[in-house]
Amino acid sequence: MEAVRAPGGAVVDSAAAPVTVIRPAEGWLGVNQRELWSYRELLYFLVWRDIKVRYKQTVIGVGWAIIQPFFTMVVFTLFFGLLARVPSDGLPYPVFYYAALLPWMYFANALTNATNTVVEHRWVITKIYFPRVLLPMAAVVSGLLDLGIALTLLGGMLLFYGVAPGWPILLLPVFLLLAVATALGVGLWLSPLNALYRDVRYAVPFLVQLWMFASPVAYPSSLVPERWRGLYALNPMAGVIEGFRWTLSGRGSPDFGVMMMSAAIVLALLLGGIVYFNRVERTLADVI
Amino acid sequence: MGDIAIRALGLSKQYRIGARERRQTTLRDQLAHGAVGLFRRNGRPVAGEDTIWALKDVSFDVTRGEVVGVIGRNGAGKSTLLKILSRITRPTTGQAEIHGRVGSLLEVGTGFHPELTGRENIYLNGALLGMKKAEIGRKFDEIVAFAEVEKFIDTPVKRYSSGMYLRLAFGVAAHLEPEILIVDEVLAVGDMPFQRKCFGKMAEISTEGRTVLLVSHNLGAVGSLCARCVLLEAGQIALDADPESVMADYMARHEMALSGPPRTRVTGDPDLGAEFVLHLKKDAGEVGVSCGDPVRLEFDIEAPRPLAEVTAGIVLRNLMGEPVVGMSSRVQNMPRVSSPSRFWRVSCDMGSLPLNAGTYLAGVYVGKGDREVARFSNAILIRVVEKDVFGWGSVLPGLRSWGPIYWAPRWDIEPK
Repeated sequence: MEAVRAPGGAVVDSAAAPVTVIRPAEGWLGVNQRELWSYRELLYFLVWRDIKVRYKQTVIGVGWAIIQPFFTMVVFTLFFGLLARVPSDGLPYPVFYYAALLPWMYFANALTNATNTVVEHRWVITKIYFPRVLLPMAAVVSGLLDLGIALTLLGGMLLFYGVAPGWPILLLPVFLLLAVATALGVGLWLSPLNALYRDVRYAVPFLVQLWMFASPVAYPSSLVPERWRGLYALNPMAGVIEGFRWTLSGRGSPDFGVMMMSAAIVLALLLGGIVYFNRVERTLADVI
Repeated sequence: MGDIAIRALGLSKQYRIGARERRQTTLRDQLAHGAVGLFRRNGRPVAGEDTIWALKDVSFDVTRGEVVGVIGRNGAGKSTLLKILSRITRPTTGQAEIHGRVGSLLEVGTGFHPELTGRENIYLNGALLGMKKAEIGRKFDEIVAFAEVEKFIDTPVKRYSSGMYLRLAFGVAAHLEPEILIVDEVLAVGDMPFQRKCFGKMAEISTEGRTVLLVSHNLGAVGSLCARCVLLEAGQIALDADPESVMADYMARHEMALSGPPRTRVTGDPDLGAEFVLHLKKDAGEVGVSCGDPVRLEFDIEAPRPLAEVTAGIVLRNLMGEPVVGMSSRVQNMPRVSSPSRFWRVSCDMGSLPLNAGTYLAGVYVGKGDREVARFSNAILIRVVEKDVFGWGSVLPGLRSWGPIYWAPRWDIEPK
């Protein structure tokens, strides 16, 4: 039988049995799509486990997925809306805030979970081999269920306030994908970093808080002065949140320049994250 | 090539001793060293840092269907080797080829979630170990029956007794059907019936023609499951042979480790109240010969004070501690040197000692005149490996059960 060699512990099918060559770390990218694909069922099980476990032994259970954004929306409506009179691009405050809080809360939770996932699985990582990248992926995907549940309430709110989303709602999946990619992109950087330096764990909640104020959650991005817009667009969540508001309410005119910029930055984050994650993954079990 | 399952070529793994301390340092410190540091952690040896080699230049082949045990003391590199072969960590240098699907079982119950039921954990754990959903479904009933948890299969495992938990966890892992199974210390946990059950399952797996690499402290398990055994010591292969010889060697080393470095406090001379030290030449603490090869021991003795008329004795013992043969320069009336010295060199040429294959421990005795003044037990390990000493054509199977020595007398057999 021929031994087929592949870089860095790749599994390559040959005539009879798969041959795995285990070697010192080398190369830069080393992403093994074939192997990742063969582990797709594990991704499914990890997501399934996250969802199953999340609301175990709680009374309200899945209701938390609605309660959190709903009450935050109420607080924002009272303080930023009715008291501070922040402009809302002509939308009723509850819709304005809720439509922004959904992607934001999804992102914040997905990012926090993805960051902690590698450290939380250190007992598994040091005992079983599997593509580690599945851990942040599962964390990011499993948050989508909460988002989906919270979206149903938004449907009711749109009916109540008589807001019709119109055709832009067809673009919602695009922005959803952008939110997922942003959370994964940042998570791929932060989760191995968290394994190396536990500082990250403490920094992330703080980072998320600051990030929210740098994103158009509590205010519309039209409030940002024109000359700062370029800088503002560097935050991919700005494009995502404005995109959610636009596709869900049908109002406002999104800045396509900003959105393209967001997409480009997310892509860069994601690719960089994949490279970085794969690099650290090789010695993860030794340093975690 | 077709029958090779695992081929390790010069596998080495280096750890930074400071690594543990290092990872506790803050990001700030690391940033101070430059952001480049974040990318440097690719496990390559870095000169000038405190490092240890957990594994050093380990090479071996395992053929398909072979059941190989790996033994060695704590820190000998067993777990590192298994971690490299199961791809949890990368070697620093060298490489390994694995021909076939690997299932590795380095710990029982890894990845079990306490909140999930037995049923859910079977699927989750199975998937983590690399099984497909359909495969787990097929084996599900078998796993549940093995674990004897039928009644509790829909109860969260956090309510399981530790025995049930272990049985379920081992059950999932044992029903993996990889071509190569890598197992670490699994038999060391649980009560006796559970251990027996695991043991039975392991024996079953090993008779199915699958390749198994088993690390265990349970020498009995290694002895009865494995046809071959590798002894690791300080990250290197000390011996790779049949389990019987390897275990004898391991036990002898253990004895030596227990008796510590060759120093002594035994003294028959009130003038010599202090310690004697035995100096062995590098690697001379271990002598390996084949049956019938000449054996020669050489060592230096450092006495606390100058002494004259030094005599020496050597006793070889088997692993049970029973003496096999004793030798003494005193009883042989060898000439004695009368000028006193603190340092003495002893060399003992035993010639072709008719020792049968096995592992022996040599104790060294030092005398002054007719009195014994120092005794070093288990000072030197002598490993004798089999050889066709009788010219029979091949090594006689079971020769070592004939006794500690072999002997070829002159026979005279004819009709009377």
